[in-house]
Amino acid sequence: MTAMPAWLARAASEALRRFGPLLALLLMAAALSLLSEHFLTLDNLLNVFRQSAVNALLALGQLTVIITAGIDLSVGSLLGLSCVLAAMALKAGVPSAAAVLLALATGAVLGALNGILFTKLRLPHPFIPTLGMMNVARGLALVLTGGFPISELPSPFRFWGAGAVAGIPMPVIVVLFFCVLFHLFLTRTTPGRDLYAIGGNRQAALLCGVPVDRRLILAYSLSGLMAGAGAVILAGRMNSGFPLAGVGAELDSIAAVIIGGASFFGGVGTVLGTLVGALIMGVLRNGLNLLNVSAYWQTVVIGAVIVAAVWVDVVRQRAAPGR
Amino acid sequence: MTAPLLELRDIRKSFGGVTALDGVSFQVLPGEVHALVGENGAGKSTLMNIASGVLQPDSGSILWDGQPAPELDPRRARQLGIAFVHQELALVPQLSIAENIYLGRHPTTPRPVVQWRVMLERARQLLAELGRPLDPSLPVSRLSVGEQQLVEIARALAFHARLVIMDEPTAALSEHEVARLFEVIARLKHRGVSVIYITHRLKEIYQTADRVTVLRDGRHVITASVCELPHDTLIRHMVGRAAQDQFPPPAPPPSPTTALRVENFTARGRFHDVSFSVRRGEILGLAGLVGAGRTDLLEALFGAAPADSGRLWIHERPARIRSPLDAIRLGMALVPDDRKAKGLILGAPLIWNVVLPSHRRFLIRSAEERSQTESIARELRIRAVGFDQPASSLSGGNQQKVVLARWLLARASIFLMDEPTRGIDVGAKAEVYELIRRLASGGAAIVLVSSELEEILGLAHRILVMHRGRVAGELPREQATEEAVMRLATGGVA
Repeated sequence: MTAMPAWLARAASEALRRFGPLLALLLMAAALSLLSEHFLTLDNLLNVFRQSAVNALLALGQLTVIITAGIDLSVGSLLGLSCVLAAMALKAGVPSAAAVLLALATGAVLGALNGILFTKLRLPHPFIPTLGMMNVARGLALVLTGGFPISELPSPFRFWGAGAVAGIPMPVIVVLFFCVLFHLFLTRTTPGRDLYAIGGNRQAALLCGVPVDRRLILAYSLSGLMAGAGAVILAGRMNSGFPLAGVGAELDSIAAVIIGGASFFGGVGTVLGTLVGALIMGVLRNGLNLLNVSAYWQTVVIGAVIVAAVWVDVVRQRAAPGR
Repeated sequence: MTAPLLELRDIRKSFGGVTALDGVSFQVLPGEVHALVGENGAGKSTLMNIASGVLQPDSGSILWDGQPAPELDPRRARQLGIAFVHQELALVPQLSIAENIYLGRHPTTPRPVVQWRVMLERARQLLAELGRPLDPSLPVSRLSVGEQQLVEIARALAFHARLVIMDEPTAALSEHEVARLFEVIARLKHRGVSVIYITHRLKEIYQTADRVTVLRDGRHVITASVCELPHDTLIRHMVGRAAQDQFPPPAPPPSPTTALRVENFTARGRFHDVSFSVRRGEILGLAGLVGAGRTDLLEALFGAAPADSGRLWIHERPARIRSPLDAIRLGMALVPDDRKAKGLILGAPLIWNVVLPSHRRFLIRSAEERSQTESIARELRIRAVGFDQPASSLSGGNQQKVVLARWLLARASIFLMDEPTRGIDVGAKAEVYELIRRLASGGAAIVLVSSELEEILGLAHRILVMHRGRVAGELPREQATEEAVMRLATGGVA
């Protein structure tokens, strides 16, 4: 290898980490616009964004948890349970705004419970409490509904998932709103920075006076909150609260975060990367649809992309000049 | 003169434009103990990684037993008989001593069946030859650090190593274990095995080595017999300037007001009934063997692993500390013993590592954080490429200064320092000593834990000696000698 100045190599590696996913997204979009004339239309792009919205919301929550070197397996089930509870409340005559708050609160409270179980019971890894919650929440959603969807929701509630403002679908607006909020939280506030510190070195963070348990509980409740937000969007779009909503969604959200350049080992990850990660998954699905690739093959491709994205990151880290 | 066992000729190596080794030549004779010294970043580790095949040199040649050994890789090095005992021990804690010694090379016949009895018997023999008849069926997790090191050395012998490279083998050992390690080294030498010994503790060189090589800034400075190279000259070669007195003049006598008072502190299995006090401006040395409970005590005082019982006063007021956050609010600071595991968030920017405890308001004020970090980094002479670089990019000494900078910024008044100079080079050590003295003369109370006795003797006003979790005795500076401290630390009477 020719000798590259260390600072340049480091800067290049850093740039690749920050903008690599974005570059990949743009390349994919360029390729698809050549392969299909339908791809680069406003309608189609809005469609991609709308279809990625629920995953993007869950991924934002998942990001805050993965930054702390954790994982949240319960978000798909929390989304399902929030969907069902909101729909039941609406059917019982509760106003739409209250039903929205109920969905958000359900996610946030059960998310906080994940965090409390993890920190206060000193369970060895967040995998355990969130795996438990994944089953409990899904089970409750099925018990409450007897397994049947609750359809025909009032239109003020459906607005969040199916409405639009100035031609922009509401899910897109909601995603952008939360992206800005999470970005500011993670980069401009002390609690946000604490999450990176905990993920980087939990013991050192503790010895620096970071209230580690409180911050972890906050991270998991934010993840739950996003599951609630996803539930509002999904139930609105589908016009029903169905107990099996979000099955497998936790894995999609983890994939988006990882494709977006966050590290499973914690301490690394950005909102922009995560949004791009969710969009990469959405564009892939959309593009493969346009190219008439079967849904079965799409799953194969997504799987390969996840592994490739992490592999690129590993290669990048190995190429970075060592200490 | 005998032919060298290993010869490195004109080795050059650079990493992405930074020159680590600039034409270094180095020879090890059969059966000699050869110390390799130099400040952090001098190139010791790089040179040894090349000698053991972990790294390939950019240019230069390697000769083993007079024969060129091109394209040396770790596997080939092992076959030749080169063994590397790393600072971080590479053992599987759940497996037994014998299994660790023969890991990957279990004696088997026919092929896939392990001959347990043969393995245990051979392991027993090896340990006996090294003068430590441990039970080879014990799991490694039950051994002390010193014993684990012995297992690594036995592993080296098990595959007939002719050269054992030891990277700071005594960094985590108590004085007692160090003495035992030296016995083992003597036995290795007696068997004709050569040893390369990397260390920061210069005193040890005179106790164990035959010859010493000094590296500085990637260059070979001198190789000489240890008796031709007195301590002062050695330091001068290492730092490239005249050795000043290592320790600054003593801090002025402490003020009469008590900063920290501890009564009957107890945590089951860690320490018992510990009582002491430190005044403002006082440096209290906390001596003892590794495992005497000093680290546990400091971490308990700081709220990281609370004690079961005991009372505490800060500036004469009763205090309850349930978390590090409580301790920090009361003006306490902990410099932990393990910089990488507990001190730093290595992947995070330097600036975060400095401001984390002091900047706790909801919104981050970047400009203020930056200017404060800049001024404190200048004050402590922290050498860094930039404040947004990860802490991992700094040298050991600068990393330690970052940890200290953090508490200066937080305006701490009671410092609990656990091995503040572990693994840092001579120059940085002197700066840390100077800082400790300056803090004390500015009115801070300091509890200093160190395994290097001379450090405690050189800095402390008063010395508390711990033995097996209890305070074994207290010595004023005037009565504190190495002998007196060691007597108390090993359970004797003052």
